[in-house]
Order: sequence, then structure tokens, then C-alpha cells
Amino acid sequence: MGAAVFFGCAGIAFGPALALVLLTVAAEPLRVIVLVAGAFFWLVSLLLSSLLWFVAVQLSGPQDPRPQERLLLLGAALSVLLQESFRFAYFKLLKKADEGLAALSEDGRSPLSLRHMAYVSGLSFGLSSSIFSLTNLLAEAVGPGTVGIHGDSPYYFITSGETFLAMALLLLHTFWGVIFFDACQRCRYGCLGLVVASHLLTSGLTFLNPRYEATLGPIFILTLGTALWAFLTAGGSFRNLLKCLSCKQEEDSRVMMYSALRGPCED
Amino acid sequence: MITIMNNSDSEEEPCNERTSLMSAESPPVPSYQDGLQASEAGKFQAHRKRRTGSSRSPNNVADEDVSAAGFPVRESTLDDEEEELTLKYGAKHVIMLFVPVTLCMIVVVATIKSVHFYTEKNGQLIYTPFSEDTPSVGQRLLNSVLNTIIMISVIIVMTLFLVVLYKYRCYKFIHGWLILSSLMLLFLFTYIYLGEVLKTYNVAMDYPTLFLIIWNFGAVGMICIHWKGPLKLQQAYLIMISALMALVFIKYLPEWSAWVILGAVSIYDLMAVLCPKGPLRLLVETAQERNEPIFPALIYSSAMMWTVGMVKPDAAARGPSQQIQDADEDGRENHWSPSHADSHVSEMRGPVPTCPITSFEEPKEEERGVKLGLGDFIFYSVLVGKAAATASGDWNTTLACFVAILITSSRAVHVPHGNASLSPLLCINRQLVQI
Repeated sequence: MGAAVFFGCAGIAFGPALALVLLTVAAEPLRVIVLVAGAFFWLVSLLLSSLLWFVAVQLSGPQDPRPQERLLLLGAALSVLLQESFRFAYFKLLKKADEGLAALSEDGRSPLSLRHMAYVSGLSFGLSSSIFSLTNLLAEAVGPGTVGIHGDSPYYFITSGETFLAMALLLLHTFWGVIFFDACQRCRYGCLGLVVASHLLTSGLTFLNPRYEATLGPIFILTLGTALWAFLTAGGSFRNLLKCLSCKQEEDSRVMMYSALRGPCED
Repeated sequence: MITIMNNSDSEEEPCNERTSLMSAESPPVPSYQDGLQASEAGKFQAHRKRRTGSSRSPNNVADEDVSAAGFPVRESTLDDEEEELTLKYGAKHVIMLFVPVTLCMIVVVATIKSVHFYTEKNGQLIYTPFSEDTPSVGQRLLNSVLNTIIMISVIIVMTLFLVVLYKYRCYKFIHGWLILSSLMLLFLFTYIYLGEVLKTYNVAMDYPTLFLIIWNFGAVGMICIHWKGPLKLQQAYLIMISALMALVFIKYLPEWSAWVILGAVSIYDLMAVLCPKGPLRLLVETAQERNEPIFPALIYSSAMMWTVGMVKPDAAARGPSQQIQDADEDGRENHWSPSHADSHVSEMRGPVPTCPITSFEEPKEEERGVKLGLGDFIFYSVLVGKAAATASGDWNTTLACFVAILITSSRAVHVPHGNASLSPLLCINRQLVQI
């Protein structure tokens, strides 16, 4: 395997996330804090779900394979539900923080809007989820070895097992975060249910795993669909997109207005 | 008036989350114009008041006296301003702490994962005499608890010793003690570390080269830490010696003892800082009474440390300012105690840049930076290092520890103190407290 696989897989899985973090989160301390706190919340949900799964496995007797499979399915579903409930808990916390910040600031507006927090929290959930699924595998990838030498698929690393799935999950978590927070804010429980259902669907699809076309294809279609949904939820539209792409001139004129305002008053 | 000045002042800041976000939503023109109507002198006044207002209670009292002239409302607005500013900069300060803590942990974890010397069992410190190689779980637990008791009592004794020395102004003794321990850290431990790294990567090095490298590293380190040096270099050296110290602990503390000691030290730390007669609190209060900086060389500071060096080398002022992380086992407890005083200090942020000397500009609010005791670095690194060492190569444990430590360290930067119960985690902690 070696360094090539390590860097390649790490790049595929974490490239988008790294770009997002560097461009949007890293420069602002409040967002970094929201990111780290979100990762913590996800970790706690993982801890709880793994505890429950562990207890269930011990109770049911770890020897038989069939119940173990069913338990795994159940464990995965439980983990998804716990993650979503912790996302909800984080939403509640961030809402309170937002209100507090708005109350403290002079003009009643908090420095970090709830939408930004939604995006950053989704990103943090996605990041921690993919980091926790990938890091051990990446650490193994640096060393010697051959994937699938015992008859498993040799494409495990590159496809569903590792990189592409991790990337898809990361992006999905980000979009789910945006949609979820917006749905909670506007009390649209249908959207909430849809988010949870799509998370369950993604998780369930991975159980089809050695047939990678059956898992990766639908998951990527789901990712694209969720991306569009999140974009529309966050207030985006085709016109906005065009304006953003050609937004240079408008901003310049704004800047000139401010400097014009500043000039005479300073005298 | 004050709020208007606040607006105008905040407009000047180059990178403020609020302004950068607000320009995307609606133009802040009304407040901007209001702010511009304030006079420049008034702005300066408010800025000065805010600066003094953000420091501790003695200054607050002075502030209230000033503002009590005719505006009792001003006090509350000043407090609000102070709170808001501290919140704004609190977030930045938390990030300023995240970076060195992360770097130290990265160094420790990288070393633990690659250099096997630090995970081999090669004896124990004399402070943990009970071995953990016993067959029964109960016996092992008992031994680890006994080890912890011995270690904590040594820490308490050394802290009290340090407090007594400081109270009776034996600055030369403290000074010499710290220089000796930093010498040991910078030379002996670095030599051992370098030797093990070279062994791991099978790199040959002759003694003259080794001597040159160690000599340069150590000498520059002594100068940077105890005297003057570029801020980044000093920070790098402090991180390095914290990492070295943490590695020593990871190697020589048996596993169960290490975890029990970590738990006991945090409890001790809380008690020593928060109890009225706690040794660390006494230390901090004595330093405050004498208006001296508390062991600046023992603290990681993210800004303006060199101003201490610029101060005239008055022996009385320099003594406590030269204290540094102790390397030897004697000093080990020593540095954990003042370091936790220093994490307590980090919330004060007021009188540290040696106020009585007027040879330099008082640093602006955003440049004042934040301080964290080196003992906290060591504590966190030992935690993460132990997780990395004992978890049989599992990265998930290490990463989980890392995230948990970041969360707790950001809460620790602002321990609620008196009426200034502010937290860098925005309002999150506030709301939790209110819940």
C-alpha cells in the first residue's frame, strides 16, 4: 500500500472538508469553537451508541453469527437515531447561545447567525464521523499489506469501505445539518423526519457493501439531492448563484460608498 | 454615548466576525453614522476606560468611581461592554490556546507512536514506589491509589514550600531552583530524546555534532525562556519542554497510577485554586498585592511576553518572573501548582504586563493575549499520550481524548471568578450555568 494510498485516500475523503474548513471556518474563532463543540457532541453520541451496542452484544451472547448481524443492523439504526438526537440537542444549545450573544451585542444581532452555526455544526458532525471511520484504516494503509488478500474485495479502501463513502457522508452531514436546523427553527417536522430517514437510508445502504455499485451510486445521488435541498433551504437560488459568480462589481461599489461616507466626517 | 463609541470602535477592527457577517445581510449604515458622530477624544477615553474596565476588581472599583460622577447607568453599560468585548476576544483567546495545546499534543503523540523508548517499562519514579505487576486487580488498584497519595502529598509539600519561599521573598533561591531545573530539561532530557529518536530512525551522529546541536538548543532555550527572545521562539521552547516533561511522565508512571494521579491532580488543582486558603490562591494573591507578574517564564503567553524582558532588571520583580517549568522530580510538583495558578491568572489578564514601568505602550485589548500555565500543557499531553500509548494503536481513542481536552481547556480559560463569570465558549457556558 504505502504512502500513495495513504495520501490519495486521505485527499479524496478529506479534500472537500479541508477546503471548507480552511476557507470558511478557520479564520473565525467563534466558528472554530462551534466546530470543536459539534465534534464533541457527535463523539458523545457515538459513545452512547457503542455502549448500547456493546451491552446488547454481551447480553445476546457473542458467539452466534445471525443474531450478531441483526444486532449490527439494529445498532447502526440506533446510532443514527442517537446522532440525530444529539444534533437536535446541539441545535438547542446553539439557539440559546445565539440568543445570549444577540442579547449581549449592541445592535441585537449575534455575531454568528444560526444559519452559519447550522452549516458549521453539520460540518463538524461530518468531519468527526469520517475522521473516526477513516483514521485507523489510513494508519494501516501507510504500512505494508495487500487489500483483499483473503478473498474480500480489493477495492475496499478506495470505495465504499473508506474514501468515497467517507467523503459522501461528510458532505451529507453538512447538508443535513443545514436542513435540520432550518427545519427545527421553522418547526417543519416533515423535513426533520426526511433528514432522519435519509440518514437511516444511507446507513442501511452500506450493509449491501461488497456490491459497491449498489451502495455508492444511490448514496451519491442522495448526496447530490441533499445538496440541492440544503442549498434551497439556505436561501440559495439560481439567480443568487449567478449574482455570486459575478458579484465583483457590486461589492466594489459598496466599498466606495463606505469610504465616501467616512471621508467628510473624519474631518 | 458609550454604546455609540463602542460601535465606532468596533468598526475599526479589521477582522471582526460581526462586521464581516453584517455586510452580507444589511448595511450597518445607521449605527455607523451614529458612531461617527462621537468625538475622537471621547472614543479614546472610552477605549482606555474599557481597557481598564476589563481587568480585575481593583481596577473595576476605580472605574466605577470614575464613572460614578453622574452616570450610575454607566457602570452597568461598562460591565456590559466589558462582557461583550471579553466575549468577542474570549473566542479569539480560546483559539490562541487551542493552537499551542494542539501542537504540544501532536509532538507527544507523534513521539509516542514512533519512538518506542517512551512506551517501554523501564522502572518507575521514586514517587511511585508501588509496582503494578501484581496478579490481582484489587492489589493493583490499591498500589495505584497508594502511588497517587504519595505523589499528591509530594506535590502539596513542594507547593507549600514554594509559597513560603515566595512569601518571604527568597527570590534568589526560587530563581536558582528554576534555572537548575530548566537546565536539566533543556540539556539532559533533550539529549536523551534526541538519542532515542536517532536510534529509532537508525541515524548515526558523532559526538561533536551532537554536542553542538544540544549546546545550541539548550543555550538559546535558556536565553529565550529566562531572558528575552522572539515571542515565537519562546513559545516553541515552552511547548518543547512541556512535551519533554510529558514524555517523561508517560514513560515512568505506571498505567493505573497515571490515570488515578491525573484525576487526583485535577481535584487538587480545583481545591488549591478555589479554596480561600489554597496554596495557589495564596500565591496569586501575594503576587497581586506586590503587583508583580506571576512567574511569566512558567506561563505560555500568546502575546507581548517580551515586555517583561524590557523591564529594568529589578531583582525583586525578576525573581518570580523567571520561574520556569521544573524538570527534575523535585520541581515537578512545583510547576504543576503555579501552572494551575497561571491558568487562573489567564482570566485576569490585567496587571501582568508589568504596569509600574512606563517604558512601553500599554498593549491594546486585542494584543494582550492569553496565558496558560505550562502544567496544563503537560497535563493534557500526558492524558493524550497515555491514551495513545496504551490503546494498542487505536487512533480513535487518541482523537476522542484530543477533542475532549480542547473542550475542557476552552472552558478552563475562564473559570468563573467573582463577578466576572465569563466564558470563552460564547454564551454556551453561561446558558448552561443558568440552566
